[in-house]
Amino acid sequence: MEFLLNLTIYFPLIGILAFLVFRNDEAVKWTSLVVTSITFLLSLPLLFQFDVANSAIPQYVTEGSPVFSGMDVKYLVGLDGLSLLLFMLTTLMGPIVILSSWNSIKKSLMGYYSMLLILQTASLGVFASLDLVVFYVFFELSLIPMYFLIGIWGGSDKVRATIKFFIYTLVGSLIMLVALIYLGYSAGAATGVFEFSADWRFISSPEFTLGLVEQTWLFLAFALAFCIKVPLFPFHTWLPYAHTEAPTAGSVVLAAIMLKLGTYGLVRVCLPVFPNAFAEFAPMMAILAVIGIIYGALVAMVQKDVKKLVAYSSVSHLGFVVLGIFAFNTVAVQGAVIQMINHGLSTGALFLIVGMIYDRAHTRQISDFGGIAKQMPVFATFFMIATLASIGLPGLNGFVGEFLILNGSFFSELYANKVYAVLAAIGVILAAAYMLWMYQRVMFGPITNEENKKLLDLNGREIGLLIPLVIFMVWIGIRPVDFTKYSENWVESYITISQEKSTAVLETADSSDLPNWTNRIYDVEESKVESFTSNK
Amino acid sequence: MESPTALVSLIIGLPLLGFLINGILGLSSTAYRSKKTLIGILANLAVFIPFLCALTLFLNFDSESAAAFAHLFTWMETGSFSVDIAYQVDQLSLIMTLVVTGVGSLIHLYSIGYMAHDEGFWKFFAYLNLFIFAMLNLVLADNLLLLFLGWEGVGLCSYLLIGFWYTDMSKSDAAKKAFLYNRVGDFAFLIAIFMIFETIGSLNFEVILTSLEAFSGNDIFWIGLLILIGATGKSAQIPLFVWLPDAMAGPTPVSALIHAATMVTSGIYLITRMSPMFVMSPEVMMIVAVIGALTAIVAATIAITQYDIKGVLAYSTVSQLGFMFLALGSGAFTAAIFHVVTHAFFKACLFLGSGSVIHTMEHVEHKLHDKGKDVHFDPQDIRNMGGLRKYMPSTYKTFLIATIAIAGIPPLAGFFSKDEIVMHAFNMGFGEYAGAMYFILWGVATITAFLTAFYMFRLTFTTFHGSFKLPKLINGTEGSEEYLHESPATMTTALWSLAGLSIVGGFIGLPNFVSKTFGGDGHINWLHEWLHTIAADIPLTLSGTAEWALMTFAIIVAAVSVYIAYKMYGNDQQEESDAWIASKFGPFYRVWKDKYSLDELYEGAIVHPTVNFSDKVLAVFDMKIVDGFVNAIAGTVRISGSLLRYIQTGVASNYALFLILGVILVLTILLF
Repeated sequence: MEFLLNLTIYFPLIGILAFLVFRNDEAVKWTSLVVTSITFLLSLPLLFQFDVANSAIPQYVTEGSPVFSGMDVKYLVGLDGLSLLLFMLTTLMGPIVILSSWNSIKKSLMGYYSMLLILQTASLGVFASLDLVVFYVFFELSLIPMYFLIGIWGGSDKVRATIKFFIYTLVGSLIMLVALIYLGYSAGAATGVFEFSADWRFISSPEFTLGLVEQTWLFLAFALAFCIKVPLFPFHTWLPYAHTEAPTAGSVVLAAIMLKLGTYGLVRVCLPVFPNAFAEFAPMMAILAVIGIIYGALVAMVQKDVKKLVAYSSVSHLGFVVLGIFAFNTVAVQGAVIQMINHGLSTGALFLIVGMIYDRAHTRQISDFGGIAKQMPVFATFFMIATLASIGLPGLNGFVGEFLILNGSFFSELYANKVYAVLAAIGVILAAAYMLWMYQRVMFGPITNEENKKLLDLNGREIGLLIPLVIFMVWIGIRPVDFTKYSENWVESYITISQEKSTAVLETADSSDLPNWTNRIYDVEESKVESFTSNK
Repeated sequence: MESPTALVSLIIGLPLLGFLINGILGLSSTAYRSKKTLIGILANLAVFIPFLCALTLFLNFDSESAAAFAHLFTWMETGSFSVDIAYQVDQLSLIMTLVVTGVGSLIHLYSIGYMAHDEGFWKFFAYLNLFIFAMLNLVLADNLLLLFLGWEGVGLCSYLLIGFWYTDMSKSDAAKKAFLYNRVGDFAFLIAIFMIFETIGSLNFEVILTSLEAFSGNDIFWIGLLILIGATGKSAQIPLFVWLPDAMAGPTPVSALIHAATMVTSGIYLITRMSPMFVMSPEVMMIVAVIGALTAIVAATIAITQYDIKGVLAYSTVSQLGFMFLALGSGAFTAAIFHVVTHAFFKACLFLGSGSVIHTMEHVEHKLHDKGKDVHFDPQDIRNMGGLRKYMPSTYKTFLIATIAIAGIPPLAGFFSKDEIVMHAFNMGFGEYAGAMYFILWGVATITAFLTAFYMFRLTFTTFHGSFKLPKLINGTEGSEEYLHESPATMTTALWSLAGLSIVGGFIGLPNFVSKTFGGDGHINWLHEWLHTIAADIPLTLSGTAEWALMTFAIIVAAVSVYIAYKMYGNDQQEESDAWIASKFGPFYRVWKDKYSLDELYEGAIVHPTVNFSDKVLAVFDMKIVDGFVNAIAGTVRISGSLLRYIQTGVASNYALFLILGVILVLTILLF
């Protein structure tokens, strides 16, 4: 199984070699489709063989030997409850993304599909890596093809979009790199054997704790890097640009998979490694999340370009995920984990749908449409389902995530304030407002634009690539347990570990050794008294 | 009784199956769409068989039976939270299921005729089946979250069906409006769900209602209030009722089924289900009662001024729902459910009757077009009608029966249920609750009852009595009365069935005091017996004499009102009489006619400012300030190294350059 995991990760990359043989455009497309489909099939046993009861423990682990002497940096991949579903989502989206580009990409196909395949390997690598340096390498690797996809196959304003995307990711990456190196040295010191360690299993374990000062700085650095990726308000402005200019496939991968790297990182790294800072900064993060939810929704409401509207809706939806993560109880974090998948499915579907209409009408301006439902009933149906999933209609996937997140945030001890959940719930009203308004203007009413009378309904390929997404929207909507079970044990275990680490750090902290601000933020003496009395 | 799982699965599953079959086949095959008979039969069976299943359950149940549960599977489960797809069969859910599937069956039958010529026939029935599925989830759920699934599900179907003829932008506006106003209510409902879960760790009705002592008084108040706000959305009460009149844009069977008989009574069902919690907070009870009475009279005054046949019925529905809320707030939960049932019969009958009228008026328009006459008129405007009783006897008779029922004339259905509500409101005036306030509410309810009889007979007389006005009003329609005709049998069958139920429906809740006066045991109110384990009714403490007096008074009020309406509208005097009322009530009449300007208020105070703020402030802020910050950084880079030029020309090499620069920077930091 270890071999299978590695094969799944690298199969898309290996697949590129086939382009040496199959060079013409049709062959390139079919090869890519076959390669990503095989990747998906390869990944299935990983899901079926997964030991759900022990999802906190990485499975199918491949562990290399340290690359540099004295430094615990090594090839280390495996899947655990947190990464499994995101990994599966990535393999599922593979063939869908390839199919979505089938007729819409006309120039340098080989380069384009190579980029998609590299992106696939990089994304799978990020989710599977358990060594933080390996994680970082895949993380960076995933940016390069996206950079090309937007820059070469993008829309009219692609240069500006690319620069913005680039600057943002660069800033985020650098900050993370600095923090990562510091963290590695601290962890290395704690092992007593190595100078440097990037093994996540050790770093996240109860054996390794960081002092309050270090936690604060490292948390802020990692959180900033991840929040740019999410993107959390106010670091979100690269997203609408990148989405509007990216080709459909780029938008789908960006929305469905790459945005998850941010929220995934918050859970993977910030939650278990910096428990005290995580807890102290939770209300601040919740405030940003709630602003993002409402702000994203309001700005989405007034967009004139459908794709930009969907992009801003992502800002709002991912605000929910961040809110759930920092609520720090099983219900909310589980909600956040499943909501990452949900957002991938429904926003992925929405971008595919926008792409389908763009391919036909060559415009995304809402005002150019109207009355499309009559012309394209099948398209209208899929669009409606994706819209409903996105606005959190019970019975579809979005509701499950939003409900668990809001419910968990409502009674979150870290937040200790109902106002976050209540304000965030307003986002549910706003989501219905901007999505249904957009849907109405695009689909309903009389056909006002003569050009639109020529539109043809979806073809078999397009229906085929939407159906799997719809199946999962419904499945997660009515039987979410089939999915949440994978991360249940992981989330529960790491919340406990994080709590224990946090208590331990506070108990050993000596307030006289700490700078004033640290004492102020963490209330060191008072917390000690509290934990003392609660232990009794 | 034995486990109801099999029957409940059929009840829930068949409408879903009907939706899937007609929906998927209809969408994918044009040949299937033309098989209207098959589509109609399938859709009808998908509701009628569940009705028979519900009847079977009902016959195996008595008023003392314990609730039976059908547990299908776990829905969500994580951490401390768990909720199941599970259904609860008890006296209350059975009554609701019978109404939903029973009235639902009749309306499905009616729709075969009504929608016969619509190209979206398949879609209509698919949506209608989906609605029944969602509604059954709502009334049969054994927990709040599954109820919420049904709650939003019926809202979705309502949205889809109001906007059924979506090429008309005003219809899709109405649909969106309905969904959004409901979402506002649902937001409050969700918060109530969070509060309940936080306190007792369960959303199961049985658990909630047996652990009420775990809630503080403050919790009870807020939960009650939030649930009430949720209910004001779905059940069209002040302040959220404005969507319902617009919802009449949907096909008429939809108005009858969703926006009169079933969905809009969800709020009443929910509060009755939670009644043991509501009675713990006199303040909330009071607010419920005030909202109900106020909505009742506000909507009734608007109804007087309407010319649209469905418009009158829509405001009438809002008003009648107000009566039901008054009942809830007066601790008369059984009476509220009683009125839900009788109202379902007579209001469905009225709506279907109006549909029959509209159907024939549209037919007239089509016929005139066929004759090459380019005339346009509003087929729903009662001023174009009159004298229809000659041409549509069944429609007329059934409409009249339902009108008598809603007007509160004994012994038809509406009389008993409305009288029980009004009496309970009066009774509460003596109670330990808010006292005198309830006397005022009783007064409001009595005036509203008067208005109800008045506007309903105004409507009936103007539509069916006198002479056919259209030829006098619009050039080119002379002799058009020959095109007026009675509707097909599928439609009149449904009308007569509902009219019959409007006559006898009241006998399930005969007033007990009548029996006592005649030496009986005082237990002739079947519904009271049936619901006594569920509805936490506050008992009547009035003396027999007082009850007789109130009832007599109510009959007199209704009778006087009918008489006045007859004098004013009985014989072609609609125009003069409306003008007379307008002059008599001056400014009030204008307020009624403007529907209290609530739409304008919400649009002006909430919707437009939000959109404008987002458009003019936030979107600009996002582009100029938030994004400007990043652009500033980009600008700095440009100045310092002209890097931008590189980025714009080469691609990969620059990236690598940046990475290297980054690494150098990091190393520098690490070294020093």
